Parts: sequence; structure tokens; C-alpha cells
Amino acid sequence: MFLINCPFCGEREQSEFKAGGEAHIVRPKQPTELSDDQWAEYLFMRKNIKGIQFERWNHIHGCRKWFNMVRDTSNDEIKAVYKMGEKPPVK
Amino acid sequence: MTKNLRVKSSKLVDETYRISFKFNGTTYYGFKGDTLASALLANNIHLVGRSFKYHRPRGIMTAGSEEPNAIVQLHNGTSRTEPNVRATEIEIYEGLDASSQNCWPSVKFDIGGINNFLSPLLPAGFYYKTFMWPASFWEKYEYFIRKSAGLGKSPDVPDPDIYEHKYIHCDVLVIGAGISGIIAAKTAAKNGFKTLLVEEKSYLGGSTIYQDSEFFKINNQNSASWLEKEINEIKKIENLEIKTRTSVAAFHGYNFLLARENLTDHLPLEQRENKTRQRLLKIRAKKVITATGSIERPLIFDNNDRPGILLSSAIKKYADLFGVACGERNILFTNNDNAYETAMSLIQKGIKVQAIIDNREEIDSKLIKETEKNNIKIYKGYTIVDTFGYKRINSVSIMKLSKDGQKVIGSKENISCDSLGVSGGWTPAVHLFTQSGGKLKFRDDDQVFIPNTYPSNQISIGSCNGDFTLDEILINGPKLLKEFLKIKKTEYENIEIYSAFNKSKRNIWLLPSNKIVGKTKSFVDFQNDATAKDIKLALREGFRSIEHVKRYTTTGMGTDQGKLGNIHALGIISETASSKMGELGTTTFRPPYTPLTFGTIVGRNVGKYFDIIRKTPIHKWHVENKAEFENVGQWKRAWYYPQNGENMHEAVQRESKAARDSAGILDASTLGKIDIQGTDASEFLNRVYTNAWSKLEIGKCRYGLMLNEDGMVYDDGVTTRLDENHYIMTTTTGGAATVLGKLEDYLQTEWPELDVYLTSVTDHYATISVCGPNSKKIIQKVIPEIDLSDKDFPHMSFKNSKIGKVKCRIMRISFTGEQSYEINIQANYAKSVWENCMEAGKEFNITPYGTETMHLLRAEKGFIIAGQDTDATMTPIDLQMDWIVSKKKFDFIGKRSLYRSDTIREDRKQLVGLITDNPEEILEEGAQIVADMNKTPIEMLGHVTSSYFSPNLKKSIALGVVKGGKNMMGQKLIIPMEKKQINVTVTDPVFLDKENKRLNA
Ligand SMILES: [Zn+2]
Repeated sequence: MFLINCPFCGEREQSEFKAGGEAHIVRPKQPTELSDDQWAEYLFMRKNIKGIQFERWNHIHGCRKWFNMVRDTSNDEIKAVYKMGEKPPVK
Repeated sequence: MTKNLRVKSSKLVDETYRISFKFNGTTYYGFKGDTLASALLANNIHLVGRSFKYHRPRGIMTAGSEEPNAIVQLHNGTSRTEPNVRATEIEIYEGLDASSQNCWPSVKFDIGGINNFLSPLLPAGFYYKTFMWPASFWEKYEYFIRKSAGLGKSPDVPDPDIYEHKYIHCDVLVIGAGISGIIAAKTAAKNGFKTLLVEEKSYLGGSTIYQDSEFFKINNQNSASWLEKEINEIKKIENLEIKTRTSVAAFHGYNFLLARENLTDHLPLEQRENKTRQRLLKIRAKKVITATGSIERPLIFDNNDRPGILLSSAIKKYADLFGVACGERNILFTNNDNAYETAMSLIQKGIKVQAIIDNREEIDSKLIKETEKNNIKIYKGYTIVDTFGYKRINSVSIMKLSKDGQKVIGSKENISCDSLGVSGGWTPAVHLFTQSGGKLKFRDDDQVFIPNTYPSNQISIGSCNGDFTLDEILINGPKLLKEFLKIKKTEYENIEIYSAFNKSKRNIWLLPSNKIVGKTKSFVDFQNDATAKDIKLALREGFRSIEHVKRYTTTGMGTDQGKLGNIHALGIISETASSKMGELGTTTFRPPYTPLTFGTIVGRNVGKYFDIIRKTPIHKWHVENKAEFENVGQWKRAWYYPQNGENMHEAVQRESKAARDSAGILDASTLGKIDIQGTDASEFLNRVYTNAWSKLEIGKCRYGLMLNEDGMVYDDGVTTRLDENHYIMTTTTGGAATVLGKLEDYLQTEWPELDVYLTSVTDHYATISVCGPNSKKIIQKVIPEIDLSDKDFPHMSFKNSKIGKVKCRIMRISFTGEQSYEINIQANYAKSVWENCMEAGKEFNITPYGTETMHLLRAEKGFIIAGQDTDATMTPIDLQMDWIVSKKKFDFIGKRSLYRSDTIREDRKQLVGLITDNPEEILEEGAQIVADMNKTPIEMLGHVTSSYFSPNLKKSIALGVVKGGKNMMGQKLIIPMEKKQINVTVTDPVFLDKENKRLNA
């Protein structure tokens, strides 16, 4: 069980959070302009990395805020957390 | 047969306190402080069970949690019965009743013992190879396998005990209170760290606490007395908490650990009432110090499993700690110096040692010299090749080992005995370390796996880190602690250590025999009866990965997870396959380290506390009026209100008719309610619902459908515009939390520029829905000042009002197709308003109805229930709800997906009505729908989603999803049931009042 440093509340148990999948996937501004393949790319395709992964988390039983996390999926080490809209502090 | 094998002077038992207990129906006596194992051994009982596969007689083998054989059933046939309890761990108490497992009809005469003679027919993988075919025979095989094997019986009545969970946060957690754990806890606590020390046994000090001889000294005191002083000191330290009888079960990432604290298992049954039995500790530690010690290795030779064969360290422990002799004529068999420690302990206590058989040829240490002085014959460079005695060992055969240790040479010699202690060196207990994600390295010098890299803020010290001798422990331990705790010095800087122990060891994983391997039974995993032969067979059959060999031979798959023999399995694999130990890796040790009871895992979350129960503010009234309840998520919702012995069908028919004929009242408080405010609220709704919201006037309500980005219907509900920038959205009961989560997600991540604020108000407002032709009259009586005329207050509109002094919101919306009003009021006033409505409605026979009637009424109107008629594969078009999808809006969640090549297929499953040929026949929800029964395979076109008998239409009605159903109006279809086929006709899903006349009736 992770100890997650919510950017708004500080360190909390993982049980207070919900994982929300890959981060930095921007919803297309004009979906109607996209082909089926392009739309499917946005809708369905997600990375499943062994190593450094950027992901979204929600402090669902806390401040309800969404934020981003950089996690090494091979050992679950959380490299960084940062607010939505911010640039990742690590590569 | 009965003998007293108690010797004088023991460290732990109180000989003034006698305790009686039962084993296999016979009463025996032990003393306070005894474990079941020590008490049985004191009564000269070694045979306690039968092995899993061959049903070979098995005895107590160890003195700790690693015990593979002596597992018993406690209090058989009572509510407190528990299987698979290790006799070596359970402390005896007055009234303890234990019995052997895995034997039938009795431990002394066991029918399954025949498997032992059939064992050439029962090689590794036998069960896989034989019983898997033909599959249909499995049920028959299983009956016999379960009857003759199986580990214990589970209780069949509720557990009377109380369990609980507790969170603990500490700076430093020390696991294990042996000498290393004690110095770690003391050092941490004295340096200001809030420290927790946990120990699985009832006492502190590990094996050093009974190391009472002149061969092991610390600062000129024998090591036991030195440690005792340390223990007395740490008990006084304020920021150090000590928990005994507490076993760490799991070591997860981020230093999150689970431990089981045993509070009453050592007490007589009558002293356990109203006490918590076991506590699951959820520990979050900033730093973890693992000092879990090590487990002595057995030796692998032919017939190494007879009752009376124990680990040498266990024999020593029984003598020193419990004052029990495991035999009167002991033989020790070793490849290292440890057996000599045991020998000296036994001699001190006057217990006879017949001989020591040592694999090593050239050995020399103070300890050995001392032992030799006692006229004990030491066979140097010898090995045991066989043992004898069915229910108890009575002799061993020994032969000389060749120089390379691969063969035996010379002639056989027999030595008689009644107990054999084996010592194969030590295996560091790295189980918890590896659970935490730690990686091991193999130390070739003494053939052990030790911690290499740590995944979190933790260290291992002492023998679990490969420091086995007193000097290693007291020199390396403090050094590691200084670095780990970032402190300058410890109390153990200039300590003087004397140890007569020599570290030499001659490691032979599988000892040679004068027989071929195929003819031997050299057990590697005692609990699962896996032998060296089985492992070699697996390798011959092509298995190479250690994980595969484990599963094929079942090595390490018992309740003890192979704590004793896994390392030998690895050794044999590496020797046979000529691969390096370090490269083979180890199998994964999984939590729990020792078995946990279900009670501990569940804690207080049993019975009505199993899950949170949410009740509406009107709940009490429903209870008083004999409602039956249904669970909707965590909510208890009134299901129906039976009167005069009505069954559900009768009650629902009456309620449904009353609602359409005059008036019905429903507690709809569980619907999710989200308050939406902000200057961009209208734009936000435009983006999340499929229909348009910008033009909705203040004071009006609108039904909305919410999709996932994949175009599938997600939730629905009515949203009301309370003010220019203020809406109240309703969601389904079950969808409330996830809808809020999803809306927050879009607001925070995709559209942060929108000025919108969401607040859940589900619990703040109660919702009372009054429907039916007389609903207007009833509401008028409850709120006399409100203008309810259709002109001033039409369908799909809203008004603020007051009941007495209490503000409320009235919405004229309908989920039944009847004219109906919803009163939304602050929750704590809800029950009295409900009662007002009941009083006002008396003259109109106002009838409370539950969720079942609500479902029936909406089905008559063809209104969907998201989650019942939809299942995340239905688009609004599939639901024939094209009318609610805006063509003009530039975008909304899921819009683009509505014209993907898949979603525009004509033959998608679509929602239709189904009318049975026989109007009395009610379809089963979930039943399959087909067109052609003669086609092979029969093509399933869809299934029934909702089905009722409509009292208002006087016929059976149903909704279902059917492939291409939209274009099948009037077509005949078949619902195949177990014993019949039901003929149905596809219809429009709206069965009643297609023109919506009743809304204004
Ligand atoms: Zn937070």
C-alpha cells in the first residue's frame, strides 16, 4: 500500500485514492474532425510500461482533487506528484 | 508407554502450575508455559499426524512456526474449532482439546497408509496426470481424495469470538525479539525513535535466552544472563512498545505491514468471553528493522521423516526452555557445530546422547573437544543412509562418506536410538524481506540466501541477514544500526564476546545412499510429501524453472510454505541441472508468513457491520409499516409493503394499481443529488449530457442522458435549473458517487477553464414522490398556498415553497407516467412531511410503494433503468432514444463515438418491448432470446432485461435487448426455458399511454 503525497493534503494512505489511468492524454478539441482510427487512438490506446509511468490519481476520499504521479511500475516507487496542468518535475 | 520425560530446570514452564489437556481423546498433563508440542513430548508422544499424500506417521519436528508435521485440529466439533494449528505454537491451557488431522480412522491405524506402499505409483504430478482425465470423473475422484486427505475441518457454525483491526504508526518497527531485535529496539528507542517491537512467541530473547553455558559469553557473563538484563532494561523504556504473541504476516511496499496479535488463544476457554481474540495490526513504519532470525535446515536422507526425528535445535530448545527430553537415547546428525551445542545442553541436563554423526571428516573446535570429553562417540565423515521404526524411530544405519561426498563407502553400521536430531546449518528467515520486494543474493561460502537490495527504508540484522554467530551478531548488528538510524554510537561498541563455535560446515543437499535415488524416500517437503526423487523426476521430465518444479512436485506449497525444505529443493535442482544456486532464484514467499484466521482478516466487519448501511431519513416509517427492504448499493430501500400476508407479487400488483388509479407515494431520497453552480454551469451541462441545456428556463426541469466517452449510456436523471447559474442534478441511486467523480474529472482535467462548482447533496435532501391522478389534491392539502394549476406549474417545472416554516423544492416530474410531484426537503424534516402526505392522502387511499412497484410502473411506460436495461454496451440509439441526442451541439462526452463503425451497425442489440403470446406468462429477467431453434448452434439474439405482470394493462410485459430489434416490430421470437419455449412478439417498448395524457390527467 502506497503512501501518497497528495499535492493538496500531504501524505495519505493509498486507500484514500483512486487511480485514473495514464496521464497527459488530452481530449481532442474537435472530435468530429477525427477519423475512427484517430478517435480510437485517443479512446482506447493506453501504455502499459514496466518502468517510469505517468498516471492520474484522484484523492477521492479526501480533497477530491485529481493530480498526476510519476511512478516506477517495476518497484512502485513514486518519483513525484504534481498538480494537473503542471509539467512533470522528472523525466 | 506413558513416561515422564520432564527434566529439571527449565526456563519457561512453571512446574507448580499443572494443566490438563486432551489429545486425540486422552487426557494428559503439562505445565503452564508448555506448548502443545512440548507437553506431548514430555508425555513421550511423538506421533501426531499423518503425512498428506502417503499417510506416513509423522511427529513433531521443530519447536516453532516452521513446523510442517505437527498440525492439529483444536476443539473439533465446536464453534471454536480451528484446523491447521501448529502444535509447536499453541500454548496449552486448561481444557485444550486437540486432535490429529489427515488420518482416518485414527492416527495409529490409518487406512491411507496404504498409499505409502503404493508410493511407486504416486510420483510427482500423479494427481495432475491421473485425476485430470476424464474431466467428468473429477467429482468421483474428489470424493475419495477429500475423504482420505485434506488438512482439517472448517467450523460449520458461526465464530463466537471477537476480532479487530488496529492502525499503528511508528518511527521504527523491529520484527523479532531475539538478541538482534532486542539490541535494535533498545538502540532505536534510546535514540528517540518511537519504536514498536513485535515477537511471535510469548517470551522475549529468542534462542539466546536459553543459551546458558560457558561456551557463549558476553562481557564475561553467559549470553542468556546478559540478554536477560537487556530485556529488563528495554521493558522500562517509555517510547518502546513491546508486543509478544504477535506475528508479522505481510510486509508490503512503503513499509506497510500486517501483523496478527494473539490475545486470548493461550487462555482457558471460559476466560475468553467478551475479549478480543486476535487483532490485525496495520502498521505503517518509517523504518523497519527485520530481525526474524533463521530456521535450522533438516538433512535430506532416506526415511528422514519418522516420528522422533527432530531438528537438533528443537531438541535443544525442548530441553533448555521447556525441560523436556525428546528421547532417552538421542543421536545427533549434523554437518556443522550446532549439534554439539545441543549435545552439551542435553548432557548438562542428564539426557543421554548415544552418538553424533558428523558429515565432516576433519573437525576441530572447543565445543567438539568438550563434547568428546563426555564419552560421546562421534562418527566423523559419516552419513545416515536409512532409519527404522514405523511409529517412532528406533535405529539408524550409517556409512562412511566418500572424499567428494557423492557416495557412501565401506560397510553399514546400525545404532539404536529413540530420537534423532538433525542439523543442516541455518537458513535466514528472509520471507518478510522478500515479500517487501527485497532482492536476495547467494553467499557461496555457507550456501545461504541473504538480503541484497532493500526496496524501502529497512534493514535486516542478525541471523536473517546471515550473521549466525554471537560475535557476528554483536559486531555487525550495531554497525548496521548506526548507519541505518544515523546515530554516532551504540552501547555495544567495546563489547567482549566469547564463542566456542566454529563455523565450518560440509553442505551436501542430498546425502548419498547405498540405494539408488529411485528407491529412497528422502523428504524435502514434509508437509506435502515431496521427495528428492520427485524433484529429480520433474527435472527429467523437462521442468527447469524453480516455480514450475515447485508446482509440479508441490514442494513448498503446504501451509508452512516449505520453510524447512525449499532450500534443499533448490540445492538438488542446482546439482542435478548443473546450474548455479544464485542464478536459479528462489520461489516467491507470499503473505501470510504463518496462516491467519478469517476472523482476523475480517475484524469487526461481520454481520450487520459487514458493510456500511445507508438509510433514508424516512427509514423508520418504512420499518414501522412492515416494508420489506432491498439493498441498492449501500442503501436500504423499501422494496414493497405487504399487507395481510400478501406475497411480493400480490403487494406489488396492489401498489401499482393504486398508484395509477388514485395516489401512490415513494421515498426517492436515495437518488443522487449534485448541486451545480457557477457562471459556466449551463455550458458544463451541455458538454456532459447528450441534449441541449442552454435554453432551459429558470424553474424548468429536463431529463438528461449521460454517456461515457465510448458512447455508451452511463447514467440518467432529471436536472432542474434553480437559477441563472444554479442547477440541481439527480443521478441514479447507484451512480451518485461515480457520476460526481466523473464530472469532477472533466472539470479538473479537461475543462479547468470552466467556472463550475459541484457539491454532493444526496444526504442533505430527502425526496418524497407523490404520484397518481389525485396527487395534485394531496400536495395542495400539504401546501395550501402553492398554485398547482397546470398553467402555473406544468409538467417538468419546479417551484420553491414552504411547508410550515421549512423551505422545500417541489418538482413536477414523473418516472411513472402519472402526474406526480417530488418534494425535496431538508432531510431531518422528511419523516414528518411524509406523514403529512400520508394523512392528507388518506381520503384518496394514498398507497406507499417500494422499488419493485416503481420498476413496474416505469416499465409500463418503457422508461429505462440505467444499469438494468443498459449494461455499458448500449448507446442512446440502441435504446431507441435518438430524440435525446442533440444533432446541433458541437460536442458532448461520447458524441464522436456514436458514429464509429461499430456503433452505427444496424444489427446491434437494441431495446424493444416483448409481449408474450400468453398474457399470463411472465418472462424471467436474463432469459435468452432466439429466433430459430433449429439453427446450430442456436443464435442468441439478446436477453430479457425487465419483466413484470402489469395490473394496469392486465398482461405480462417485458423489455429486452435484441440484435437488430428496431427493425423487428411485430416479429415472433422465442424465449427458450428449461422445460418450455415461450413465444413472444417484438413491440414498441412503451406499453401504456403513448400520448402522455396521464401526466396532465
Ligand atoms: Zn488531497
